[in-house]
Amino acid sequence: MTRGVERLLVYAVLAVAVAFAVAPVLGIILVALQAHASVGGSITSATDLTLANLGKAWTVGAFGSSLGSSSIVALFAVPITTALSLLAGYGIGALRFRYSGAVLALFVFALMIPIEDGLLPLYYIWRALGLTDTYLAIVVTEIGYQLPFGVFWMAAAFRSLPRELIDAARVDGATSWRTLVSVGAPVVLPAIVTLAALNFMWIWNDFLMPLIMISSESLRTAPLSISFFQGQYLTDITLMAAACVIVAFPVVMAYAFLQRQFIAGATLGAVKE
Amino acid sequence: MTVPKTAWSPVALVRRGSIRSRRALDLGGVLYVLPALAFLALVLLLPVAMTAGLSLTSWDGLGPIKWVGLANYTALLSDPIVTTAMGNAVVMTFFTLAIPIVIGLATAIVLSRITRRLRTLWRTLLFLPAVIAPVVVAVGWRLVYEPTTGLLNGLLGAVGLSGLAKPWLGDFGLALPATGVVATWMEYGLVMVLFLAGIQRISPELFDAAKVDGAGLMGEVRHVTIPGLRYELLVAVVVTLIDSFRNFALIFNLTKGGPGNATVVPVLEVYRRGILHGRVGSASAIGITITVVLVLLVLGVLWLVRRRGGDEAAG
Repeated sequence: MTRGVERLLVYAVLAVAVAFAVAPVLGIILVALQAHASVGGSITSATDLTLANLGKAWTVGAFGSSLGSSSIVALFAVPITTALSLLAGYGIGALRFRYSGAVLALFVFALMIPIEDGLLPLYYIWRALGLTDTYLAIVVTEIGYQLPFGVFWMAAAFRSLPRELIDAARVDGATSWRTLVSVGAPVVLPAIVTLAALNFMWIWNDFLMPLIMISSESLRTAPLSISFFQGQYLTDITLMAAACVIVAFPVVMAYAFLQRQFIAGATLGAVKE
Repeated sequence: MTVPKTAWSPVALVRRGSIRSRRALDLGGVLYVLPALAFLALVLLLPVAMTAGLSLTSWDGLGPIKWVGLANYTALLSDPIVTTAMGNAVVMTFFTLAIPIVIGLATAIVLSRITRRLRTLWRTLLFLPAVIAPVVVAVGWRLVYEPTTGLLNGLLGAVGLSGLAKPWLGDFGLALPATGVVATWMEYGLVMVLFLAGIQRISPELFDAAKVDGAGLMGEVRHVTIPGLRYELLVAVVVTLIDSFRNFALIFNLTKGGPGNATVVPVLEVYRRGILHGRVGSASAIGITITVVLVLLVLGVLWLVRRRGGDEAAG
């Protein structure tokens, strides 16, 4: 194969792959910004753009309320998950107590279980406690679901540190807590940021668990509300597209700013599994 | 997953007089893990154990629980919806595992051959589908597939191919592949970044040597890239295999399993039986079956690779 043909092939593959990834996203954004709800061939009439659909979808779909619910869940679940992962990862990866390997194996095993598997009994547990349809149940469940990856991730981060780093502080007489605060946590800060970004994405995007746990409208998270919204307004294509843009916006923004962390987390996380 | 041996030698410990502090450290270490373990036990381990138990019972979710032994499992074998769901799961695995690995490999190879600045940009765009909520992906793609106002049929009409326009998700034959395309769309960016990171870890000398030997692009891919990506391939297979079964949000919001049962998958059937139809025992049996199948498949893949010495590449 000659160089020219090779180059052509390279760019052809790239063009097709990028088009496949981006075209639906651009299409939906264009429809969301369209001034006139069109019938047929929506993409060809996207010349007259407006933000009005976003405002209308926001009001009609009550996305203010559901984005608020999602924010409350994320506001509690993300920091707590990250903190508990940091603590456990430090215990397993840096302090390496007896059986820490077995504990880590337990979290890694939990990573393989489809979480859907325990969802029904969990619903009955919360129901028995009278806690279904509360933020408490959602937040606690989200934390538990994210911890297997978080613990595994932070344990890997601490294990990759040179042993002397932690030992030196310990020999100097620092308590394990003091060592974590002054040496451990600052050193693994990049891993913490990545974990928080991934946790935010997974918690924000979660659908099945809130679908089962939440029944009242005021608690609905954003993914739930767009699902209910589509049941009612599917025929209004501009409104639906606007709703998609609204719900995807927070995570896509986080991705725009932290894309390196998102990609590194997804890749390294998968590789180390 | 290997557990590194502790670097602490007993002699050094005694000399430093830190045997006592090590014991205190042990307790300390356990305390750091306990909160996470408590959440794990409450939210995951206990409920999954309960699911295993419930799969041996007949229960509607409210009334008395009746022990039925393995009846739920034997009933699954002759249950037409379950066999349909399993068959559909195999098709979804093709779209979630096989195709993304091929496309992901091709795009990763291509991206590794262009300038760094462009690579970062394209990588960001290609990974975008992986960060969008599956619900939004499903709703968005419904707008793409919508028969009358949808983007796809509109596009086909605009380029004079309106004869190809179809009710994509409403057609019994097309609904499953159309759903599969969305699964591919969600998955290949992740596979691509995985392979791209792997290619960048392959020693440049190997590529140089291939060039000196006069290998073209294809020769290089066959003799350097693919062997160098053995470990990433394994990871991609395991991750996409798990994702092939975790598609509830996509199916629920795209087709609800329809038309008929054309796109029903195991997780959707668990939801329908467990939540909608009050057949908790049967739903649990499906859930446990998927998990066992999945874990066996994953362990099988790991075992195969380990036996072939794929571990060296993992180092």
